[in-house]
Amino acid sequence: MATGHAHRLYVHRPSPVHGLPPQVKLVAAFTFVLVVVSAPFRQLWAFGLFAVLILAVAAVAEVPIGLLLRRTAVEIPFVLFAVLLPFISQGDRVDVLGLSLSVSGLWGAWSVLAKATLGVLTSLLLATTTELGDLVAGLDRLHLPTLIVQIMTFMIRYADVVTGEMRRMRLARISRGFVARDIRHLPVLARSLAVLFIRSFERGERVHLAMLSRGYTGRFPLRTQAAGAGHWILALCLPAVALAVAAAAWGVELSQGA
Amino acid sequence: MSADVPSLRVTGLAYAYPDGHQALFGVDLAVARGERVALLGPNGAGKTTLVLHLNGILTGGRGTVEVGGLPVSKEHLPEIRRRVGIVFQDPDDQLFMPTLRDDVAFGPANLGIRGAELDARVTEALTAVGLADLADRPPFHLSFGQRRRAAVATVLAMRPEILVLDEPSSNLDPASRRELAEILLSLDVTVLMVTHDLPYAMEVCPRSVILSDGVIVADGPTPDILGDVDLLAAHRLELPFGFSAARMTR
Repeated sequence: MATGHAHRLYVHRPSPVHGLPPQVKLVAAFTFVLVVVSAPFRQLWAFGLFAVLILAVAAVAEVPIGLLLRRTAVEIPFVLFAVLLPFISQGDRVDVLGLSLSVSGLWGAWSVLAKATLGVLTSLLLATTTELGDLVAGLDRLHLPTLIVQIMTFMIRYADVVTGEMRRMRLARISRGFVARDIRHLPVLARSLAVLFIRSFERGERVHLAMLSRGYTGRFPLRTQAAGAGHWILALCLPAVALAVAAAAWGVELSQGA
Repeated sequence: MSADVPSLRVTGLAYAYPDGHQALFGVDLAVARGERVALLGPNGAGKTTLVLHLNGILTGGRGTVEVGGLPVSKEHLPEIRRRVGIVFQDPDDQLFMPTLRDDVAFGPANLGIRGAELDARVTEALTAVGLADLADRPPFHLSFGQRRRAAVATVLAMRPEILVLDEPSSNLDPASRRELAEILLSLDVTVLMVTHDLPYAMEVCPRSVILSDGVIVADGPTPDILGDVDLLAAHRLELPFGFSAARMTR
């Protein structure tokens, strides 16, 4: 959808990855992450290969790698947790630059960091190549319960409407000289939230009326793209190659252990 | 359907809300096929209550409503809701799907239409309101005037017998107002327009009725109704400053 008005994460490119039906991409991304998470973390090369795989898909999708890497900033809270692990874990210690670090903690940190980064990269790649609405339609195709699909659809549709109302209420408060400075102003903000809730609730009722007026009977006709065998084969290449890498990594891991 | 069956016939319709507040006290109204009628009335006159009876969202009072000869009753609801296309006042209530195309397809899809025919319906409706090239936009990224027109398209796609518009000119800038009027005049469909925007009624509807305190108190050609200053004043209606019905021409 080349109108330039899509959701913020989405980057439009005429690539084969963008063209795949969303349900296929969802399954491919999910299984890829499962494979990555189940791979043995001591085999560093395997994770290098996983990263290469993801970056290769990004290259095919014509998504700028720099953009993708910048967006991985969302995982920073997890990184902070991982950084703590070598200091607080028990067991064998090793000296690095005069600091005594736990060996198992280091491995734990690496494991969290590597798997989280790959997971985040995969999700970001999915979000960058698939429109939000299409993702929900894909989940519908994958037989997610229709009630959940409907709730997600409405959430996407009305997030901006409700944010807009919140902004107008804030402007109205500021215009009458209100600036939230400390905790004593909390009741004012709480009342604004309550008003926002009631307005949204009433809007929900009006939307329901509008739906009934157009013959809504409980089913939600989402426009979805059917996936052919070709689509599935193409998309499942990613988790399949990753599975081969993970299997090889387990082979090496077990032979080292023996 | 023969031409002498009215698009809409409301007979003796009375309704009280569950809290006891009586909104309608016996409304009689017939709208012939192809007519464009303005339903005028002050706030609280019962206009919205009447509209919600037309497609059976509210029922249970006295009286009957027939759409194209078909009585509004439980067993006919799917067909009634196809025949009566209601355009609600706030387009954000009406446009609830991720893209305009999905939204216009919602009604016909509920009627069981699929595939190429569904696409054709969507294109036809969006073309009628001049939005065909914006089909893939999310509603949030349309201007208010475009959203109002999109809301009209969502019911046009169901090929209604009668188009019911609730305050269609509210919040529109002058150009959007004119564009919407041009679209309404170009459609080959019966129109019932609920409004208190009297010049807009004059522009779009040759006939007007006034609903006040739950009954129809006046019914006639729009210029006559709007020319009767005493009648308007008795029902909290008035032309905006500087307007006179005699000088307004269609």
